[in-house]
Amino acid sequence: MSNDDSRRAMLEKVMKDHGYQESALLEILHKAQELYGYLDKELLMDISGSLNLPPSHVFGVATFYSFFKLKRSGEHVITGCMGTACYVKGADEILKAVEREYNIKRGESTPDGKLSLLVTRCIGACAMAPTIIVDDEVIAKATKEVVLQRIKQVLGGT
Amino acid sequence: MCCSSGCAPLGAFKVLKAFEEAVKEFGVERECKVAKTGCVGTCSVGPAVVIEPGDFLYQNVTPETAREIVRDHIVLGLPMKDMLYGNKAFFEKQHRLVLRNAGKIDPSRIQDYIAMGGYSGIVKCLATMTPQGVIYEIATSGLRGRGGAGFPTGQKWGLVARSHDTPKYIVANLDEGDPGVFANRTLAEADPHAILEGMLIAAYAIKAEKGYLYIRSEYPLAIQTLQRAIAQAKSISLLGDNVLDTGFKFDVELRFGAGAFVAGEETAILASVEGRRAMPRPRPPYPANSGLWGKPTLIQNVETLANIPIIIQNGGAWFSKIGTPRCTGTKCFSLTGKTNNPGLIEVPMGITLREVVFDIGGGVPDGRTFKAVLVGGPSGGCLPDTLLELPIDYDSLTRVGAIMGSGGIVVLDDESCMVDTAKFFTEFCVDESCGRCTPCRAGLTRVKEIFDGITTGNSRMEDIATLEKSGVYIRDASLCGLGQTAPNPVLTTLRYFRDEYVEHIRDKTCRAGKCFKKEEEV
Repeated sequence: MSNDDSRRAMLEKVMKDHGYQESALLEILHKAQELYGYLDKELLMDISGSLNLPPSHVFGVATFYSFFKLKRSGEHVITGCMGTACYVKGADEILKAVEREYNIKRGESTPDGKLSLLVTRCIGACAMAPTIIVDDEVIAKATKEVVLQRIKQVLGGT
Repeated sequence: MCCSSGCAPLGAFKVLKAFEEAVKEFGVERECKVAKTGCVGTCSVGPAVVIEPGDFLYQNVTPETAREIVRDHIVLGLPMKDMLYGNKAFFEKQHRLVLRNAGKIDPSRIQDYIAMGGYSGIVKCLATMTPQGVIYEIATSGLRGRGGAGFPTGQKWGLVARSHDTPKYIVANLDEGDPGVFANRTLAEADPHAILEGMLIAAYAIKAEKGYLYIRSEYPLAIQTLQRAIAQAKSISLLGDNVLDTGFKFDVELRFGAGAFVAGEETAILASVEGRRAMPRPRPPYPANSGLWGKPTLIQNVETLANIPIIIQNGGAWFSKIGTPRCTGTKCFSLTGKTNNPGLIEVPMGITLREVVFDIGGGVPDGRTFKAVLVGGPSGGCLPDTLLELPIDYDSLTRVGAIMGSGGIVVLDDESCMVDTAKFFTEFCVDESCGRCTPCRAGLTRVKEIFDGITTGNSRMEDIATLEKSGVYIRDASLCGLGQTAPNPVLTTLRYFRDEYVEHIRDKTCRAGKCFKKEEEV
C-alpha cells in the first residue's frame, strides 16, 4: 500500500469509528491534519463526501478555526507565542527579527519551502515568557539571539 | 519532580532522569521514590522539585545539582539551603483548595488521587445523598462559576435538574483561550481526576448520562493526562454504564478545540461540540433548557468542577466560610508579566490586588516601577496603583471596569505603553470576533483603526470621545460575552490613563517609547 493509501485508510477508520457523524467533524479534521500536515481542497472535498455534508459546511468549519492549516507548511516551523505575557515581555521584537532575517511575514513560508513563521495566541507557558517554538522544541525565556541561532542550527540540519 | 508544561521546556525530564540515576547510585531506592507530579506553581524558577517530608522546594534544578541534592539531602540529611525556594510569601498568602493535589501527587496514577481522599465525594453522593441534597449542598457553599461570569453554581444545577427533557448533558469547559492564562491547563496536568470527579457529582445531581470535556488542542500534555485518567476511571468502573455497581451511568468523552477564543462562550462551545463553527447564538433559550442537540445541558468550567469534590466531602457550610460572604472559596490566577514571581497561584476571594502583586508576586523586577495590573485577560481591565487596595472578587472587579474572566493577572511596568496595550487587546478581539453581530465585528475594527492612527501620529483629540462612545456601544449591543467585554481594556485605560492618550495625540510622544516607531527602528 502506498503512503497515501495508508493515510487514507487511517482517516477512513477514524470517520467510521465516529459513525460518520457531523458532530465528529472537528475530530476528523484534527486527524486529517495530523496525517497529511495540512488540509487541502481535495482532502476537504473527500471528507465532505464521506460525511455527506455540503462542502461549504466543511470549508466553513476548517477556515473558522485557526488551528487548521489550509496551506502546506515549511520543512521547519517557527511558532511565536503572541499571548499577553509573551507580548509584554517582547515577543513582537523577536518575531520582527525573524521576519527581517528571512524576509518573510507571519503566516508565510520562505520561497524554498524550508521555513515557516507562524503565530499562536498562547501556549500557556506564560511564566516562561516569551516563548518561541522551533519545530517541536519550546524555547523558554527566549531572546532574539538565541532564537536566530537555533533557527540557523535547524536549517543547517543540527 | 514537576513535569508539567511549565518545567518541561526548562529541562525537567533530564533532571528527572538524573534523580533516578542518583537514587540508584547512592543506593537509596527503598527510602526515596522519584515521582512525576504536576505544577507546584513556581514556574519562573523551574525545573522545580519538592522533597517530602518537610515540603522542601528546590528551584532551578539541573541534572548536576540533582545528584548533589540526593547526596546531601537524602543520604546525609542536609538540605541545601541556598538552592531552596526562598520566597515564603509566595505560598503564605495562598489557599490551595482546587490545587490541593498539584505538585503532591503523580497525576498519571489514579491510586495517588484516591489516597488523598479522591473519589470519596462521589462515593458519599451515591451512598448517602439524593440529587436534590447534592444541589442543596452546592448552593449552600455559595460557589460561583469560575469561567468568568460568576453565575451561582447551585442555581445553575437546579435549572438543569428541573428541566424535564432527556437526555441531559454536561460540558466541561477547558477551552482556556485567554492568552496569558494557564490555570486550567495546570489543573488538568496536575490533578485530572478532580475534574472527572466534579463531573461525576454534577452528573449525579442533574441526572446526566454523558459528559463532554472540551479542551484546547494547544495543550498536548493536558490532553494526554486526561485521556489516561478517563481510561483509568473506566477500568475501575468509576465511569461507565454501572458506576461502582450502583446502576448510575455516566461517561466522559474528550472533544478538542481548534484555536477559537470565542469557543469558550457557552453557546459557542455547544456549537463546537456539535462539530460546527463556534459561533454564539442569542439566549434565551438558555443551555439549561436547550443546549447540546436541543437538550438540557450543564456547562461548567473545569475549575468550578474541581471545587465540587471538596465541597461534598467537607460540606457547603464549611466552604462558604472561605473567601468573602458574596464570593466564597478561592480563585486560581495566572500571574505573569513584569513580576518577580510569575506562576500559578490560588488565593482566597477578597485578597487585595496589592497582596497579589507585591506580596505573592514580589513586585516589579529590574528596578522598574509598577504602572498597572491587567485583570481578566484580553477583555479585562487595566487598573492603576490607586486601586491596589481593591479586594479581588466578582463584584468589586466589575465595579472598576475589569472582570474576573478566566483569572489572568498581568503586571505592567513603566516600559509598557497603555495605549499600545489597549491596542494589542483590541487587535486580539478583532481577530477572534466570530463576525456574527455587527457591534463586535465592525465596531472593534473601527476602534482598532483609531488606535492605528493614535500610535502612528495620525489622530485628533476627538478620537478619545469616539473611542469612549464606540466602547460603550460595543459593550451594550454585542451578542455574547466576547463583544460585551472586549472594550474593557479601552474603557479602563481611557478612565485611568487618559494622560497617555492625550500625550500620543497632542504631543505625538509615547512615554514608554513603544509607539511612533518606524519599522527599521524596532
